[in-house]
Amino acid sequence: MAEATRGLGLVAPGVAAAAAFGYLLLLFAVAFWADRRAAQHRSVIDRSWVYSLSIGVYCTAWTFFGSVGVAAERGLWFLPIYFGPTLVMLAAPLVLVPMLRVAKSLRLTSLSDLLSTRFGHRALLGRWVALALVVVSIPYVALQLKAIALAFEIVSGGAGGEAARTFWLVVVLALFAALFGTRRLDVTERHEGLVAAVAFESAVKLGAFLLLGVVIGAVLLGDAEGALRAAWWEAWQAVPKIDAVAAMGYGDWLALTVLAGVAFVLLPRQFQVLVVENVRAEHLTRASWQFPLYLWALNLFVVPVALLGKVLLPDGVTSDGFVLTVPLALHEHWLAVVVFLGGISAATSMVIVESVALATMISNDWVAPWWLRRGKTLAAGHLLWVRRAVIVAVIAAGYLFFLLAGESHALIAIGLVSFLGVAQLAPAVVAAFLWPGASAVGVAAGLFVGLVVWGYTALLPLLIRSGWFPEAWLTVGPAGIAWLRPEALFGVEGMAPVTASLVWSVLANGVVLIAVSVLRPPDGATRAIARRFVADQLFRASRKGAATIADASVAPVRSHWRAKTQSSAVLEVLARFVSAERLIEALRAFRAERGLAADAPLVVDEAFVAFAERLLSGAIGGVAARLVLEGVLGERAPAWDEVMALVDEARAVREANERLRELDRMKDEFIASVSHELRTPLAAVRAYAELLAADPDIDRETRRKFYQTMVRESERLTRLVNQVLDLAKLDSGHAEWRHEAVDLRTVVHEVAETMRPVVRERGGELGVVVPQEEAICFGDRDRLVQLLLNLVGNAVQFMKAPHGKVAVTLQPDAQTWRLIVEDNGPGVPPEERQAIFERFHRASKTRAHSTGTGLGLAIAKRIAEHMGGAIAVDESPLGGARFVVTLPRGTVSQENREREDEPQDLGGG
Amino acid sequence: MSHKILVVDDEEAISLALEFLLKRAGYEVAVARDGVEALERIAAWRPDLVLLDIMMPGKDGFEVCQSVREMNDLTPQPKIVMLTAKGRDVERTKGLAVGADDYVVKPFSTDELLQRIARHLGQEAA
Repeated sequence: MAEATRGLGLVAPGVAAAAAFGYLLLLFAVAFWADRRAAQHRSVIDRSWVYSLSIGVYCTAWTFFGSVGVAAERGLWFLPIYFGPTLVMLAAPLVLVPMLRVAKSLRLTSLSDLLSTRFGHRALLGRWVALALVVVSIPYVALQLKAIALAFEIVSGGAGGEAARTFWLVVVLALFAALFGTRRLDVTERHEGLVAAVAFESAVKLGAFLLLGVVIGAVLLGDAEGALRAAWWEAWQAVPKIDAVAAMGYGDWLALTVLAGVAFVLLPRQFQVLVVENVRAEHLTRASWQFPLYLWALNLFVVPVALLGKVLLPDGVTSDGFVLTVPLALHEHWLAVVVFLGGISAATSMVIVESVALATMISNDWVAPWWLRRGKTLAAGHLLWVRRAVIVAVIAAGYLFFLLAGESHALIAIGLVSFLGVAQLAPAVVAAFLWPGASAVGVAAGLFVGLVVWGYTALLPLLIRSGWFPEAWLTVGPAGIAWLRPEALFGVEGMAPVTASLVWSVLANGVVLIAVSVLRPPDGATRAIARRFVADQLFRASRKGAATIADASVAPVRSHWRAKTQSSAVLEVLARFVSAERLIEALRAFRAERGLAADAPLVVDEAFVAFAERLLSGAIGGVAARLVLEGVLGERAPAWDEVMALVDEARAVREANERLRELDRMKDEFIASVSHELRTPLAAVRAYAELLAADPDIDRETRRKFYQTMVRESERLTRLVNQVLDLAKLDSGHAEWRHEAVDLRTVVHEVAETMRPVVRERGGELGVVVPQEEAICFGDRDRLVQLLLNLVGNAVQFMKAPHGKVAVTLQPDAQTWRLIVEDNGPGVPPEERQAIFERFHRASKTRAHSTGTGLGLAIAKRIAEHMGGAIAVDESPLGGARFVVTLPRGTVSQENREREDEPQDLGGG
Repeated sequence: MSHKILVVDDEEAISLALEFLLKRAGYEVAVARDGVEALERIAAWRPDLVLLDIMMPGKDGFEVCQSVREMNDLTPQPKIVMLTAKGRDVERTKGLAVGADDYVVKPFSTDELLQRIARHLGQEAA
């Protein structure tokens, strides 16, 4: 092909590489941006059209490049691949939405999780399914990498270096998938960045193809001599019309459509974007028409491009590369680069999502249970790294497969073979939702037989054609036995090989599933779970006599949990895998749902265990969740060292929980205090109002005094409300802080001006000492004024009654400014010098606080600390309290402070 | 002879209002500003009823109430009506447990307060 493209205009290899890597950088930016937005609770992916675009991961490089190839070689044969998904999506409200709801309510993380959960938490089944999907998907990943290498080769005419470029692109891809596919442990928490990037890639794919179509249209219309247009028109006339479909065989069309529809739902990456990453069910309902629209827009220009390729390019140029070679032949280099990026986007999005989906399955179905069974404990951190490692391993496996089999025929045809392999899960999934009588053994047996038939009828021919087995097996049959020919099993001919493989494998799969399920019916536990999946009518119809056993056999197993296990043990385990906020929120919902009070004790009953399991499943998958819970609940004979290790590890968590509880208690106390502080002035206001109303004969002077008191108490209420709000703002970190150079002398003067009349009114005097030179400090001037006002206001309250003294002094120190406020009041005893800065702390020795809110000092402390300073109280030479605020000095300290700020920001984000 | 009522509250605005209210209703009234002062006044002045705030610096209302109930030589014991800005049931239970006769939550209705006081003093509604 390298020879065949010679003579075309080519893109310099460096340009292609720069475009590809630049594009990947852009992808990182998109994902970072979306993750950032998600952290701000402004989700990018919470839109149905973004969801629809992300489903576009269905269209891989295989379809991006291959559709035109198929269209060029075989006409409308490229269409069934899109018919299937279109039909499935149009029927989504009926077919997919119920599945989505079940998956969400059980917090299922993957298809293997779905099947192993549905059929009685069979770890083995989940493992089989995961393994099957890995085996089927790795070559498919390899195909994408092959497409990337091929695209490099075509745009640059095989100038060499494709292997290196592909390798580095794969490295970057692995990095991307590991980074954005494992932001959090709980895989049912969505990967916002990843999905946004994938949606973006789908948009790029579509944009590139549409642009290609538009340019081709312009070229054809602008073709002056008309030779090209005429040739193209002739080719167009020759396209087989719809009635020619019959000639291709309705059966084969139907088979291919069904196959594509099934694969569209069951491929790991599809389940990931359709179900796991779905934000809300309504999106799926809207995507049911949005996504088909996308699909058909993407295919709008497939036939025109294919035809132009045939007209324009010499024979021998691979039709799979037409989307690239056509713009090259037209010398539209920029267009070739854009289409090239479209192909890259198709390949990369598939690799990213597929690897993440497979990694979830491998780590949840294989690694985590294996780890737990070996008696090891499992922490969130381990699992994240396991998942990252598996993502990289999946991509590496794909790359190895590409290196080993890249040149063989096998790879090109692997797309359909993968589809066929995935279709083996269809009988199990259908049974999961429609037939309560299906058992785990039946499903496993069906799957096994189906995969064997698939291997024989789909995989084997591929390997034979790649020369790994004798060609004769296809033509005369292995050992000359004709009815064993892989593509004409039992001598049945006339079907396309794909159709034959589909029919034989799924038929065998389904028959075995039914037969074995009837022979070995599901146990009670499985039937109990089936109730969650199967629609009520179907369930009742098939219940008959067997169902009572279900309820009877579940209940006794669970009843002894109650006696044995404390809910706190379960909560500790949950806290290891689920973030604190999420756990608290989930518990709140759980209690609300059951009509329990917010602080009601939790009893380990069936509902609680189900709740815990659901929550845990979201983090580590159904199988591991069950194992962990069994360990804690003692349902399985407990391995004591295992449980002890769990408890050991949970200690840190318990301590964290205690801190949380402490915080919670402090919050309760704060609310009680606020309520208390509000009630007191309210009581006064009400009492005086009632006194005044009840007795019109109160003398003028008393009346005036009452009114004054009411006004004063109302002012106190207002101040209290303001300060509570202010404190809440400071504590929540939502306060806005200016960062400016402030001359502290001006702050002192401003506060002195404000407070001097107040001090005088109470018979005291206010002294101020400030330095000569500028006293620069970096911070928020208004907050500094507030700080000093609070301190002076506090001093005024406590200064001696007739001859009060308050002094404000500003002094330079080595690194800091010292802002000192002293009074000649009773002072603060040493044992209270810490507590005085707590909210609503009241000095015990005095009762001169009727105007204070109990919050002024707490606010002052927060302000000082936020500006990098500190506040303390000791004894004043005046006899009373001396408050010393130290604030970092400007110039030198500004840089220091900003350097200190950085790690905090990173930690928070 | 009119009944004697001791008002114990560290909030001047409240104690003044109560003093005015009770005097006008015909009671003899004294005011104490904290727990220690309250105990002294109770022992010396022997009020018939104590309006006792709970949250005070130093000795709080619960402690005062308990101490009063432990004064064996104080007979007859005064009626004690707790007056508090804390509305939680726990507080009410605790107040009644340490021997209070009643529990009034701030902000209160002056009429209702007078009625309750009258009832505890064995008078009909004033």
